[in-house]
Amino acid sequence: MKVLAIDTSTYTLGISLLDGEQVIGEYITNLKKNHSLRVMPAIDTLMKECEVKPADLDKIVVAKGPGSYTGVRIGVTIAKTLAWSLNIPLSGVSSLALLAASARLYPSYISPVFDARRGRVYTGLYRFEEGKLTVVDEDQNISLIDWCSRLKELKEEVLFVGQDVLLHEGSIRELLGGQALVRGDIFSAPRPADLARLGLEEPVVDLHSFVPNYIRLAEAEAKWLEQQKADN
Amino acid sequence: MKKDIYILGLETSCDETAAAIIKNGRDIIANVVSSQIESHKRFGGVVPEIASRHHVEQITLVLEETLHQADMTFSDLDAIAVTKGPGLVGSLLVGVNAAKALAFAHQLPLIGVHHIAGHIYANRLMKEFAFPLLSLVVSGGHTELVLMEEHGSFQVIGETRDDAAGEAYDKVARTLNLPYPGGPHIDRLAAQGQPVIDLPRAWLEEGSYDFSFSGLKSAVINTLHNAEQRKQAIKAEDVAASFQQSVIDVLTAKTVKAAKEYRVKQVLLAGGVAANKGLRAALEEQFAELADIELIIPPLSLCTDNAAMIAAAGTVLYEQGKFEDLAMNGYPGLDIEQ
Ligand SMILES: [Zn+2]
Repeated sequence: MKVLAIDTSTYTLGISLLDGEQVIGEYITNLKKNHSLRVMPAIDTLMKECEVKPADLDKIVVAKGPGSYTGVRIGVTIAKTLAWSLNIPLSGVSSLALLAASARLYPSYISPVFDARRGRVYTGLYRFEEGKLTVVDEDQNISLIDWCSRLKELKEEVLFVGQDVLLHEGSIRELLGGQALVRGDIFSAPRPADLARLGLEEPVVDLHSFVPNYIRLAEAEAKWLEQQKADN
Repeated sequence: MKKDIYILGLETSCDETAAAIIKNGRDIIANVVSSQIESHKRFGGVVPEIASRHHVEQITLVLEETLHQADMTFSDLDAIAVTKGPGLVGSLLVGVNAAKALAFAHQLPLIGVHHIAGHIYANRLMKEFAFPLLSLVVSGGHTELVLMEEHGSFQVIGETRDDAAGEAYDKVARTLNLPYPGGPHIDRLAAQGQPVIDLPRAWLEEGSYDFSFSGLKSAVINTLHNAEQRKQAIKAEDVAASFQQSVIDVLTAKTVKAAKEYRVKQVLLAGGVAANKGLRAALEEQFAELADIELIIPPLSLCTDNAAMIAAAGTVLYEQGKFEDLAMNGYPGLDIEQ
């Protein structure tokens, strides 16, 4: 069972190859460089190095968002097209769940964070239970202030992970004090091998209708809906 | 016997998700276009982020329908061709990355096609090219006269200095409160009116094949504004007819002049505005008198964005051995002469 996993939802570009339970290759860069140009060459390089041909693949896994709209779209387009044209199953994994998985050994709540600008974040609430990542609160786009007041109710320690957490470290400490642990270094980066493993547990998607989980509507659509409401 | 060449084309540069399979650059085996126009109507124009989202929704469906229509599998194909620019960057990236994934999965050569070269090659699906030829390209984003001496060589001898013809159509349509996309509505109204309003024609300097439509657009807006202030009734049909006449006069006159100067054998009409009935009729009338120049106008379905034209243009690049590697990107401002 050979699995190819693709993550392009943030600046981190991650590709991994799994053979059964075994990780046979991983490719990670953490650069502000063009994903569109680099993803397919990265997949090609890794697969050649591992001597796996496209026809040998049994499954594709992709990080489906949230994240950079363009980034997620590139990953999902490649994953969909590969899976469809090779006639193999595809599974999507939340990009935030993938980030949360970097805190596998942490015993309490995990809040993976991508910055969403203007004081807002993409986040969700996760927790490892008997080694299995579980969702406590669904992925969402929320103001950091509202998110922290939600977390206060838990009255338990919360670990914030992700490189974007550093942008909000001051506010988090102010709002949650000692209840928050902040991990914003490279050790809390999404790992493509984790993506492949998480993908094995996810259901197979309906290929044609599979789209990124952007969480947010396109701005023009949101405005249009608001206008409709105002007019009625 | 020479082996037949089958190329799969992909086009996602704006708001159509399209795929097609073409044999030997000339014969359409399958041609599928999924249009998003209904979705963008409410915004009065194409919204780039929404267009990109639709492309991801449609891409594999359109590909599957194309292979199904052709009754083919990837092992029957010789290469994958895709629009690499110009266009909306987010939209281009969906097609480009899908094409790269297909080329990689089936170890097929990858070809990057200029969108306008595609529009020009839509004509080759009708009639074999005879060089030199001149192509009048008119679309929402382009108004160009392109000279071709041989396959794959494009020389822009005239282009718009401000608005593209299609843009001017859309703006005038908006001023007349016509729904998006405005072009076809103006064409329809123009057929019912008379060109009685005196509007300018921008000929520019002597000998120039460039175009300019922003002055004309402003003149239409001023005419409507003045009539409103003087409480004069002015028929929208007449405004449309006068505007269209001005655009067509300039386009056809410059095309005829260039066709004679460069002694071309063929004149091709290309791009979405090529669907305009008034423009088609005017060109047909002009070239009917020039017996040694053949005028080719593709059917409406091949004027608007499609992937058959991309596969047709891609076939020439295939024959010339011009391939891309997996690092190909989308190029929103790509130049056709490069
Ligand atoms: Zn076009």
